[in-house]
Amino acid sequence: MVLKTEPFMLNIGPVHPSTHGVFRMRATLDGEVIVDIEPVFGYLHRGIEKLAEERTYTGIIPLTDRLDYLASMSNNLAYVLSVEKLAKIQVPERAEYLRVIMAELQRIASHLIAVGAFLNDCGAFFTPFLYMFREREKIVDLFEMVSGQRLLYNYMRIGGLSQDIPDEFLPALDKFIQQMPGFIDEYDRLLAENELLLARAKGVGILPKEMAIDICASGPVLRASGVQWDIRKVDPYSIYDRFEFDIPIGSAGDCYDRYRVRIEEMRQSLRIIKQAMEQIPPGEIRAKVLHLVRPPIGEAYAHIEAPKGELGFYLVSDNSIAPYRCHIRAPSLINLTALREMMIGWKVQDAIIIFGSIDITMGEVDR
Amino acid sequence: MAIANLGLNTLEHLAALPPDWPGGFWWHWLVFTVIIIAFVLTLVMGLIWIERRGMGRMQARLGPNRVGPFGLLQPVADAIKVLLKEDIIPARGDKIVHWLAPVIAFFPTLMIFAVVPFGNGALLADLNVGILYVIAISSVSTVGIFMAGWGSNNKYSLLGAMRNVAAVVSYEVPLVLSIVGVVLIAGSLSMNQIVLAQNIPFILLQPLGFLIFFIGGCAEINRSPFDLFEADSELVAGFHTEYSGMKFAMFYLTEYAEALALSAIITTLFLSGWRGPILAPWLWFVIKTIAVFFVMVWTRTTLPRIRIDQLMALAWKFLFPLAVINLFITAIEVLAWPEALPWTMILVNFAIMAVLVLLWSKFFMLGWGRVAV
Repeated sequence: MVLKTEPFMLNIGPVHPSTHGVFRMRATLDGEVIVDIEPVFGYLHRGIEKLAEERTYTGIIPLTDRLDYLASMSNNLAYVLSVEKLAKIQVPERAEYLRVIMAELQRIASHLIAVGAFLNDCGAFFTPFLYMFREREKIVDLFEMVSGQRLLYNYMRIGGLSQDIPDEFLPALDKFIQQMPGFIDEYDRLLAENELLLARAKGVGILPKEMAIDICASGPVLRASGVQWDIRKVDPYSIYDRFEFDIPIGSAGDCYDRYRVRIEEMRQSLRIIKQAMEQIPPGEIRAKVLHLVRPPIGEAYAHIEAPKGELGFYLVSDNSIAPYRCHIRAPSLINLTALREMMIGWKVQDAIIIFGSIDITMGEVDR
Repeated sequence: MAIANLGLNTLEHLAALPPDWPGGFWWHWLVFTVIIIAFVLTLVMGLIWIERRGMGRMQARLGPNRVGPFGLLQPVADAIKVLLKEDIIPARGDKIVHWLAPVIAFFPTLMIFAVVPFGNGALLADLNVGILYVIAISSVSTVGIFMAGWGSNNKYSLLGAMRNVAAVVSYEVPLVLSIVGVVLIAGSLSMNQIVLAQNIPFILLQPLGFLIFFIGGCAEINRSPFDLFEADSELVAGFHTEYSGMKFAMFYLTEYAEALALSAIITTLFLSGWRGPILAPWLWFVIKTIAVFFVMVWTRTTLPRIRIDQLMALAWKFLFPLAVINLFITAIEVLAWPEALPWTMILVNFAIMAVLVLLWSKFFMLGWGRVAV
């Protein structure tokens, strides 16, 4: 007997436990198998790029906090680097080191959430998620120490940082660095070799190397596909050329590799922080910059390796106190490009973990 | 001790009244119906508390601890909250089906306890086909769940319900086959007789059967890692997405009553039921049931969820052949060496289980063979 069946449309999101915000997927399903998928976004659009055109250069920094709200420090860094490039400002040595420490701590914090949420999507009922939040809390405590904030730090300034670190910061950071490798091993032991996780994530949602390059993917998504591309190495910004670290890459480009790459990157970030802590010099933390920066007419693009990929700010100056144009290259959005190709042919359950393994923040996708 | 014995001993005397005594049967029926309802409702609340607190501990957090001592009254508070909630019926849902579904899902679960012995002979009906009755009745809940999925007029609900039906139909087969081993050794289908036959718990004589029954049972009643009928990270809440208020409470109750029923059946079939030294029989029964439930909580906090096709593959490629082999081996053992020393049999059976599970996983690329079911 042949049953007459037809595909049906399922709306996944915008309000759904696993869409990491307000992402929406219009999935056409044949039973449980995904035939077609159409991402819909814009539910969190706040017009940050347009808002930026009406604010002073310093006033934009809080806006950048709200892009990828799980990695505010990295956003700050990318933005101030771009303004400094535009206005040709030299940043004091100490500020550079602190920036690197903050950016790498932020990378760990962001990856903790990414991995935790991914495992949660796989169905490990909140256990890995809460374990990872436990350590993220320690990083957030460190950030609170330096900036007074726990989510949107607004810590970096054009030409340096808003304030120097308090005396208790470095001992606390040292303690954290001592403990963290043990915790990362713990996360590894939690599920890395678990049969069910392997069955669910290995070979699922493969992003081939060529396609990853073609869609301009970046960050862990690109590296899991086997491309050795990390802006910290290929176009070193700030003082990253002074540190020794490896770029972990995957081979298959599946969900499992993306998860492994993130765990490895946390270890590498710890290495960088350790080196930076040893080398950090005393001195100024901010260059002498006027409060109302007026960069010369021109344009500049600075990019960094944010936790989710290449985060770039393209600024055009008309010599006024506000940028003429501010464009943000958001890794979350661009990494989503191949979503359809990655999902077709897989089941609804796979779609959820594929989406989770890309690790996006809606604040950055919609801006 | 004395207090522990007080309650049920009296009831056992009442239950033991001769059926020809006027009203004897009805008296028995009434007492045990009340006992079962009280038992299920109180223990379900206990299980909810155990699960939430236990999960809290395992997940490096506290769990509910505000209402009552150690948060013990949290289930009560939840029940009151849920009763006061508005009852929403989807505008284009099938109202009658939607209304009926929680009832149909819940009552079979309650009926399972009719044949579960709390003590020697302390059960509502000592059916001579007790275990068959359990298997038959427990499948009826699926109808309720499918009705919930259909009546809600929601695609998530329907997907969850479809998954449930598919899984229950598949898992029923290895589940029943794994029980047959127990029945062969005990020589009876009656739950009470099975307990009486367990001088050593059948988990030792039937390790493979226990494994299959536990996995299959977890899949049937929707416990992690097989909780994909209400997978909260995928299908929002699966078949009860559209339920609220009392009807949702019924499903919640069903879920835990089913877990309780499965724990009780495993206790009866494999862990020698109410038998045990020193403590009162019913206390032993409750302790063992909670211990089995705790293993389920444990797996829930530990394991990721399986995919639907892997779920099916696990049933048909892994559990089903093993259940058949287990049945054959048990039959041969019972037939050929009925007088064999139990301890030799225990060793032999554990060895057989280890070899079979490892070989089969290698064959189907599970575990040892590294995945791809």
